[in-house]
Amino acid sequence: MPESLLDKQVKWSRKHLLGLQELEKEEIEYILELAQAFKEISTRPIKKVPALRGKTVVLLFFEPSTRTKMSFELAAKRLSADTVSFAVSTSSVQKGENLKDTARNIEAMSVDIIVIRHSASGAPHYLSRCVSAGVINAGDGIHEHPTQALLDMFTILENKGRIEGLKVGIVGDIVHSRVARSNIYGLKKLGAEVILCGPSTMLLSEFQNLGVKICYDLKEVLAEVDVLNVLRIQRERINENLLPSIAEYREFFGIDRKKLLKYARPGLLILHPGPVNRGIELSTDILDSGLEEKGICSLVLNQVTNGLAVRMAVLYLIAGAGGKIEDSN
Amino acid sequence: MRIVIKGGNVADFKNWDFKPKDILVSDGIITKIADNISDKADKIISAEGLYVLPGFIDMHAHFLEPGREDEEDFHSGSLSAIKGGFTTVCVMPNTQPAIDNPGMVRYICKRSNEVNLIDILPVGAITKGRQGKELTEMARMREAGCVGFSDDGNWVEDSLLMRRALEYSLMLDTIIIQHCEDKSLTKNGEMNEGTYSVMLGLKGMPATAEIVAIKRDLELAELSNARLHITHLSTKKGLEEIKTAKERGLKVTVDTCPHYLILNEQAIGSYNTNAKVNPPLRTENDRKALISGLSSGIIDCISTDHAPHSPEEKDCEFASAEFGIIGLETAFVIGWKLVMQELIDPLRLIASFSLNPAKILGLNDRGEIKEGMRADVVIFNPKVKWEYTSGEIISRSRNTPFLGWQFEGRIRDVIAGGKLVMENFKHKEEET
Amino acid sequence: MVREKAKLLDANQMHRTLRRLSHEIIERNKNLNELAIVGIRTRGVYLASRIRNNIKEIEGIELPFGVLDITLYRDDLTLIAEQPQVKGTELNFDLNEKNIILVDDVLFTGRTVRCALDELIDFGRPKAIQLAVLIDRGHRELPIRADYVGKNIPTSLDEFVEVRVKEIDGEDEVVLLEMTDARKSSG
Repeated sequence: MPESLLDKQVKWSRKHLLGLQELEKEEIEYILELAQAFKEISTRPIKKVPALRGKTVVLLFFEPSTRTKMSFELAAKRLSADTVSFAVSTSSVQKGENLKDTARNIEAMSVDIIVIRHSASGAPHYLSRCVSAGVINAGDGIHEHPTQALLDMFTILENKGRIEGLKVGIVGDIVHSRVARSNIYGLKKLGAEVILCGPSTMLLSEFQNLGVKICYDLKEVLAEVDVLNVLRIQRERINENLLPSIAEYREFFGIDRKKLLKYARPGLLILHPGPVNRGIELSTDILDSGLEEKGICSLVLNQVTNGLAVRMAVLYLIAGAGGKIEDSN
Repeated sequence: MRIVIKGGNVADFKNWDFKPKDILVSDGIITKIADNISDKADKIISAEGLYVLPGFIDMHAHFLEPGREDEEDFHSGSLSAIKGGFTTVCVMPNTQPAIDNPGMVRYICKRSNEVNLIDILPVGAITKGRQGKELTEMARMREAGCVGFSDDGNWVEDSLLMRRALEYSLMLDTIIIQHCEDKSLTKNGEMNEGTYSVMLGLKGMPATAEIVAIKRDLELAELSNARLHITHLSTKKGLEEIKTAKERGLKVTVDTCPHYLILNEQAIGSYNTNAKVNPPLRTENDRKALISGLSSGIIDCISTDHAPHSPEEKDCEFASAEFGIIGLETAFVIGWKLVMQELIDPLRLIASFSLNPAKILGLNDRGEIKEGMRADVVIFNPKVKWEYTSGEIISRSRNTPFLGWQFEGRIRDVIAGGKLVMENFKHKEEET
Repeated sequence: MVREKAKLLDANQMHRTLRRLSHEIIERNKNLNELAIVGIRTRGVYLASRIRNNIKEIEGIELPFGVLDITLYRDDLTLIAEQPQVKGTELNFDLNEKNIILVDDVLFTGRTVRCALDELIDFGRPKAIQLAVLIDRGHRELPIRADYVGKNIPTSLDEFVEVRVKEIDGEDEVVLLEMTDARKSSG
């Protein structure tokens, strides 16, 4: 068909979304652009479009999650898809069924998309080799969490108008963070400068080989960055001798009013993937209201809204990709 | 059975050359080597243009008898070994139950005789149950037929216990084969620690874990003046430590495996569990250093660490997959790839598969094509091109990263203990 | 391969046709304050905008304006080889009790209009929906008809009608194209 009649370009042809590392810059930009259009749907009186009508989306969550799971479920439903949720505690996995069999059994019921969260890095890659459905990675081990990074970038774009040339800091338990990795890949592809910050036990020097800066001093990082993505700290890290105490982490790496007032640049954006350990990595007052004096905003709730739009865009693309026949109008 | 092999290029370690010679095998012994043999024989094999080599000796393999015969047993393991040109295989004691007492040693020897294809020799455990707490009855086990001792899979952590084991081994004229890994540094590890493990989000096993273990064991070897053999070396720095130790006169020997010579950590690609092995595949620098080490002779021999695993143990997400790959069938041809790339001298490669392991294990009746030696002979065709397809795999397990690889050069015939067990690329068993 | 077979309307003719459509709309709708104009992406939007401007010029009333992206309402998403661009819908006025003039460039099978109707009704309950198209090329697959038609052009299934607008294509015109090789689409 003549190009002008189509008014469209091929920008997405992947069957799965397993991570941001393998995506091209244009593919990431395409998803973000698409998410913009989907954001509007949640403002309508009828928050639904029939785009994925008749499609079945399975949420295969081997790790507990409230917000990501709910976000994907709602995104699928708002696209008119049917959703089925699989929570590991009530499932056959408890009886010893492995991932492959679980997936195969689900697929035998003809599902179109599987959204998987698993504690083993590479599980979605493995799953994509076992099933013929489209696979979306909702977090695998410490490897990637692509939709989180996408919604983080969408939020930054929304507020700063661009990503290229921005300085984005990520602070926390970097070495165990899939959110950090996905953000590193995505932000760098879109031209941002990324600075990682955290205790030296959690910030391996190898990260520099990914093209990012590392810095153990939060004060220095605050003085430099336009955006700060604050990661959650887990108490288990103390048992592994990565951290001596939560109090020490809070004192040196926790984001609070005092540190922001003294060191942060005006207009700083604060992001957090959630759930927030209030008063540890992020203080309650900053989380809820930012820092007015310096025009510093906490965008945590915006992230949630945007997460819905981004996941709708991703579901839409994965559902459509792999389509076969010629266009008909 | 009397067999004459005619016209092959026979490996000659004395002159470090290949010499066209005829060989006569009878009653399980290499009876005669001469320019032209016209004796009567039951079978005459023409080896024109082909290499005639001593049967290969693997110092380190896992046949999972007793316990996991579903993954590999002595019979399937033997057939797998024969395909790769191996006529002697030393099996590690991490079976269920472990080979940690004379009774189990005798069981292995008995089973080897029953299967009656290749010579399967037991390596006994150093400590009971390989738990690293109590020494096994090494003397009785040696008497029963052990060729060496190892807790393979585990490193003997307790330095005092390791010292005792080394000292005790002295009077037995045997070797301690050590798997060098400080497990506290590799806890929950899945692959080599480095940039790649950071990118894949997999827990790293630092090279340091192997190096600190090697360093400690070298010191203890010096202290006890015993013979230490370090198995499946994977690191450049480890190699350097061993080089210095050898220069100092320590009685240490070392082997590496084909996968460390031909693959690096990037073989994991998109979480390929057939590249998950312990020690893990390391960096390209390590790989190059190991090739260099083999070529210069610092590395004495090649072992396979043939480790069969059932599909349930490998066909899953990376974290859940077991460590280990099979390797008997592809070991020599992978080494031969390096010969063709001119990275290693062909006789050096062959020696690392035969002469050297025989010396280390004290097996005086094999490892060379010499009159009076055991009739373990392998005929190798360096020209035939073949692909290692799924159908080619002989082992009962299929966990290999070399599936689909193209090879140039293939073992054509194998005589083990005087028996013709493979002829013209086919196991003789298939014909009965 | 595609070749231009004929020019159906030049810029002047197009303007006059749109002007006539604007008059017709005014004539048939007693209460102009109830009207709202919604264009279907992409070229329908530009045509709708022009009609809206015409109506403003003629009657002095500026009607509420909306943009409809029907991509997410299509029933053939998985049949398409390429991912269509979703540019977004903008309906920032209350549809209830409004008389919507839906504008598209070409009326063909009727499926696009069916999507548009579904989408509009998801936004509210308009009093009525009327359809205005610049070209009706026949071959309806659904029982849909336009209230206002610029020009009726009978076509064969190997032909295409392409409406071009200055804003995107550089000039205003309507052309008839045809496929000249084996790759002819159906429907």
